[in-house]
Amino acid sequence: MAKQTDPRQQPGPPVGQWLSAVALGWLIPGGGHFLLKRTGRGMLLLASVTVMFIFGLMMRGAMFHPESGDLLTTLINTGGFVGDVCSGLLYLLSAWFGYNTPDMPGAVHDYGTKFLVTAGLLNILAMVDAYEIAIGRKD
Amino acid sequence: MPKMNLSHFETALLFALITSIVLGVVTKRTDRDRLLYGVYTFVCFLIALFSIGWAMRLGHG
Repeated sequence: MAKQTDPRQQPGPPVGQWLSAVALGWLIPGGGHFLLKRTGRGMLLLASVTVMFIFGLMMRGAMFHPESGDLLTTLINTGGFVGDVCSGLLYLLSAWFGYNTPDMPGAVHDYGTKFLVTAGLLNILAMVDAYEIAIGRKD
Repeated sequence: MPKMNLSHFETALLFALITSIVLGVVTKRTDRDRLLYGVYTFVCFLIALFSIGWAMRLGHG
């Protein structure tokens, strides 16, 4: 009788197959797609994430920094920081150029903060897509 | 960098548009499906935007 293997126990695809696409996708939004010759989709992702991030900056959104305290504070600030960092080069450039707007009251600033985090979260989706293309699960 | 001042509606619309584009691009497998899903997501955002907006307005009286 053939022995069936649990698909969850199968080894994942080799790291070398997807690492460069995912890493480039983090650094440059859509970069993984460019590397994998999906230029059109890469352009759309690059434009969307970059526009989202730049609008966040123009609305003077605040960048999150990891903070410890009660659970909610830790969760919001660490999660927000991860979201910001996932924008890759956009985040690094804004940090290097000294962008550091304090968290101010006001709807526009608040939207800006959300735009900055969402740009990173959308880039995570793009990185996951690049990963799936790289391992052949998607066209 | 110039400062941007948009209304709630304009900002939410912009957010919906950009998010819909990315969701459309990364979710489906063919270009047609991607386009349809992007439009579908955008329409869902608009419905939620107007519904929640009216709910808040009526809730506040």
